Amino acid sequence: MSVVTNTTTIGAIDAPSRRNTELVLVAFAVLISVFAYANVGLAINGELPAGMLGYGLGLALLGGVAHLAVRRFAPYADPLLLPLATLLNGLGLAIIWRLDQSERFQQTPNFVAAASKQLLFSAAGVALLVIVLLVLKDHRILQRYTYISMLAALFLLILPMFFPAVNGAKIWIKIPGVGTIQPGEFAKIIIAVFFAGYLMVKRDALALASRRFMGLYLPRGRDLGPILMVWAFSILILVFETDLGSSLLFFGMFIVMLYVATERTSWIVFGLLMSGAGAVGVATFEPHVQQRVTAWLDPFAGWGKLAASEQMAKSLMAFGSGGTLGTGLGQGNSDLIGFAANSDFILATVGEELGLAGMMAVLLVYGLVVERGVRTALAARDPFGKLLAIGLSGSFAIQVFVVAGGVMGLIPLTGMTMPFLAAGGSSVIANWALIGILIRISDTARRPAPAPAPSPDAEMTQVVRP
Amino acid sequence: MNKPLRRIAIFCGVLVLALLVRTNYIQYVRADELNGNEHNRRVQIERYAHERGNIIVDGEPVTGSVETKDSDFKYKRVWKDGPMWAPVTGYSSQAFDSTQLENLEDGILTGNSDQLFFDRTLSMFTGEKKTGGNIVTTLDAAAQKAAFKGLGDKKGAVAALDPQTGAILALASTPSYDPSVFAGNSLKDSDARQKLLNDKDKPMLNRALRETYPPGSTFKVVTASAALENGLYTDIDAKTDSPLPWRLPQSTNLLQNEGSIPCKDASLREALRWSCNTVFGKMSHDLGNEKMMEQAGKFGFNKEVFTPVRADASIYPKDNQPQNAMAGIGQASNRATPLQMAMVASAIANDGKLMQPYMVAQRQAPNLDVIYTHEKEQLSQPLSAENAQKVQQMMETVVKTGTGTNAQIDGVTVGGKTGTAQHGLNNSEKPYAWFISYAKTDSGSPVAVAVVVEDGNANRDDISGGGLAAPIAKSVMQAVLDGKK
Repeated sequence: MSVVTNTTTIGAIDAPSRRNTELVLVAFAVLISVFAYANVGLAINGELPAGMLGYGLGLALLGGVAHLAVRRFAPYADPLLLPLATLLNGLGLAIIWRLDQSERFQQTPNFVAAASKQLLFSAAGVALLVIVLLVLKDHRILQRYTYISMLAALFLLILPMFFPAVNGAKIWIKIPGVGTIQPGEFAKIIIAVFFAGYLMVKRDALALASRRFMGLYLPRGRDLGPILMVWAFSILILVFETDLGSSLLFFGMFIVMLYVATERTSWIVFGLLMSGAGAVGVATFEPHVQQRVTAWLDPFAGWGKLAASEQMAKSLMAFGSGGTLGTGLGQGNSDLIGFAANSDFILATVGEELGLAGMMAVLLVYGLVVERGVRTALAARDPFGKLLAIGLSGSFAIQVFVVAGGVMGLIPLTGMTMPFLAAGGSSVIANWALIGILIRISDTARRPAPAPAPSPDAEMTQVVRP
Repeated sequence: MNKPLRRIAIFCGVLVLALLVRTNYIQYVRADELNGNEHNRRVQIERYAHERGNIIVDGEPVTGSVETKDSDFKYKRVWKDGPMWAPVTGYSSQAFDSTQLENLEDGILTGNSDQLFFDRTLSMFTGEKKTGGNIVTTLDAAAQKAAFKGLGDKKGAVAALDPQTGAILALASTPSYDPSVFAGNSLKDSDARQKLLNDKDKPMLNRALRETYPPGSTFKVVTASAALENGLYTDIDAKTDSPLPWRLPQSTNLLQNEGSIPCKDASLREALRWSCNTVFGKMSHDLGNEKMMEQAGKFGFNKEVFTPVRADASIYPKDNQPQNAMAGIGQASNRATPLQMAMVASAIANDGKLMQPYMVAQRQAPNLDVIYTHEKEQLSQPLSAENAQKVQQMMETVVKTGTGTNAQIDGVTVGGKTGTAQHGLNNSEKPYAWFISYAKTDSGSPVAVAVVVEDGNANRDDISGGGLAAPIAKSVMQAVLDGKK
């Protein structure tokens, strides 16, 4: 690194890059995950699992490669984002592997072990992160693709409509030989790019050229119209695909970004009113939503009558049985939840086997990821970077809240996956990409100001001795 | 743009905080409620995750646990000689809960009882595998075997007690069932259970405790006790005031005897020896319903008995005069369980003291520490020692030279009473054969037995307490006596 420079009055301060901190933390995250494997193996079979070395090395390799990429291509990036993501990914792998060991699952007819696939997907995710860092030298490049992003996002959202529904939601596309992809996960990032690009350009118009109406600032249609249309369109698609979680996510992200761009509180009010109206509207005609609400209000009342209620009740019982300290990895019965235990409901296993203590730790890890994202937004020097960072971290926070709140019965269950933790290729790949972009923005934001070129005119300061 | 960003940061913080509060709420505040929820399968999984303790007879377990692979319930209950012990142990099924000792002593058997708290805490530190405690019963394996073998493929029941302590020595009921066939939770188990439930012979009915029969002539010892206790007669060899034929009160019907036996003004001893209906019918009438009820009550009638397994209440009801007279010979609305009649015999054998019947001698912690030992306990004193000895003399005459000669044992004093209880409308159904008895040695009586055989297959003329039931009682008494030597 540079640079204690010459004699100019402005000397660049050598900002600490914190890369070594990151390396230690990544190693720590890998170690924790390896311990989790050992724990599962000892609890279930009484011996260290054969796969522990493979998964441990795999995870270490992923963390190491990602770290080297960051060290090389984004040296000033936030040192916490990568270790936190590695920790969640590693912990998720261990828990998915633990659920693979469940006899109950192994006896079901279509059982496929998910852990090894998840490791593969994680590798793809880290590869995507490296590509993001490699290709995206400056996040502002993304600004150029504002409208292309819009088209790409809409395309990705529409695509699943042409594929059959899986478990009541049309959010998957099936590519023969590759498997199923959930395009919504990627659309989340791409639409954030569009929102950021559009809002950055139009934010002054949106904030200032508006009419006051009943204490609220209403912007001109020509400013708001296009973005409102895109957003409404995507929500509609998601509603028709019964991907409620994602529609909530898109909505939340939109409101957050709009609020940050315009600095107008009225948007929050506006957004809440609209979401209320939207939720009630959807709930009146969508039986899927009604079931979820019934299951949320009293899961035990619907026991034996409504599958959604039963699943919800089983999830709550899993959390309850974990208690304060949990049963220990591999020693719980969270697999009683059955279908979706390793995806939507993976948090129930954390709750049961790691207990309240583990849940708080995991939630705080998620909180930290969000906090680092928001901090990146704060630190970013350009409005596009700020908007994109807050859009991505805001959507991350909302996703965590919607999923965790759903499985814990805080809000109705809407069906999304816990970022990094849950089994699911699209989710883990997309979230690594998301972390990649945040790392890129944070690198740009934290990079020290370039040292001024040394002035040829400057001379050595003369020392006058008496 | 930083001000709204900071607000968004706070908003995200609130979201995470809400999740933290929620997880505390469900995992700490509501944890117990969720764990106790009726739908929570973990309760059952935990219940069958450890080896269940055993029910022990004569130092040997009659139960066991086997590991199963076909479900998430790890251990399954098995029984040795299931049909023989089922009336004692009850069943414990993964799918159908449990009954009797398996149910009542579940806390000890699973190891979850509060009595085992210290033990559990200790093994938490020593890292010992959790297992259940044991229940040591009072039963006598040889007596139980004699009872079960004696009943054979006949329908019936045997209850045997130690008169001096109240310990239950045998408790057999036939036809029986093997609890092992539905101990699991597979379809096969539920089919096996359904088959047992549909069986018209009711193999799952514990006849020794849960079926009441008309006690027939065996009830005459209660009537005789009442007469002695109430001073109606004092000398068992003195003539009674008993006309023959005797007309039932408020009725034109004459009470009949079985055959032409010498019952006119017969002494108590002779009347019991020949089982005179006329003498005891009139005696019951002379004493009146209230005194008869009172005496029956002292023997344990009219209330449930807990051994700790519940036995149905035997009944001596409030009734009109002719019914009361008939009840005096065990042929009306009074009904008794085999256990009840064994209690009657044991109270007489124990010089009038009725001991509380029980079958749990000890409860053991998983490490075999004894955490409970039964102390013998007197339930009541139905008759004075003097009167008890008089009734003993009468019952011994029955076995020596009366209707109960089939129960004689060489070198041992045996007292008994036969009974042939008619039932059904106009006595249309085949009668029940009863026999109650006790054996006596120098150190008091070690065993009292009640046997009932409700055999629908036997030829009607062959059915008599002396013929069908007495040999079974004899073999049970013999088994206990042999064990004492």
